[in-house]
Amino acid sequence: MNEFRSTRRQFLAGSARLAAGAGLASIVAVEPARATPEALQGAIAEIIGEAPLRQGRVTLDLPSLVENGNAVPLTVAVESPMSEADHVTAIHVFNEKNPQPYVLTARLGPRAGRARIATRIKLADAQRVVAIAAMSDGSFWSASADVIVTIAACVEGLQ
Amino acid sequence: MTARILINVPAKARRGEIIEIKTLISHPMESGFRVGFNGALIPRDIITRFVCTYNGEEVFRAELSPAIAANPFIAFSTIATESGTIAFAWSGDNGFSAAEFATITVE
Repeated sequence: MNEFRSTRRQFLAGSARLAAGAGLASIVAVEPARATPEALQGAIAEIIGEAPLRQGRVTLDLPSLVENGNAVPLTVAVESPMSEADHVTAIHVFNEKNPQPYVLTARLGPRAGRARIATRIKLADAQRVVAIAAMSDGSFWSASADVIVTIAACVEGLQ
Repeated sequence: MTARILINVPAKARRGEIIEIKTLISHPMESGFRVGFNGALIPRDIITRFVCTYNGEEVFRAELSPAIAANPFIAFSTIATESGTIAFAWSGDNGFSAAEFATITVE
């Protein structure tokens, strides 16, 4: 039992060591890589190529204020008849400030019946999330949403 | 370690009805960008692929990135075409693979 007892002096000395350690860690720690708006544009260009990206038809549903970035519910719905002739072939989700711009690619077809997917994502910072729908006629439609995150995910250390 | 899987598929559906499928699998989805106690990066360990087949025919596929939250939840829809088996398969880093199926009766 006695070894768990600490005096005020020991406590202060301990917290000073802890603070010094934390300071050292912040100097040594390598700044994690961050995707940038340019990386986001690059990732989008890889998907759509030279094709124009039009706004509309896509609904991106995200909470605008998120308390915990570790699990943010996300829903993407696309207006489409989902017929053999006219359907959504893929839904891509990108972000601006996570370490990588990619989030998710979902491949669907006329058998989906409805172009709507839902998942939970991590967000490292307050940022913009972009959803792009690829249509069977070769066109691309997009929607974006800005999210404010109070507790960031994934780039935090375990200290 | 076997992953715990939760699947939500309606047991019965009318022919041609659009059914919603929800899937959840236990997995840490370690992003590979976090620093551990020793100051070194924790290696990436994520699920990268999810495939859903309906009586052997692929109806949905997703490619996952480190930005998907731990214990990946994926919801999507499909048309109930015939009675049979809807199968789900996940695969990922370090040879991870898991599978589950659900049966559906279509009237």
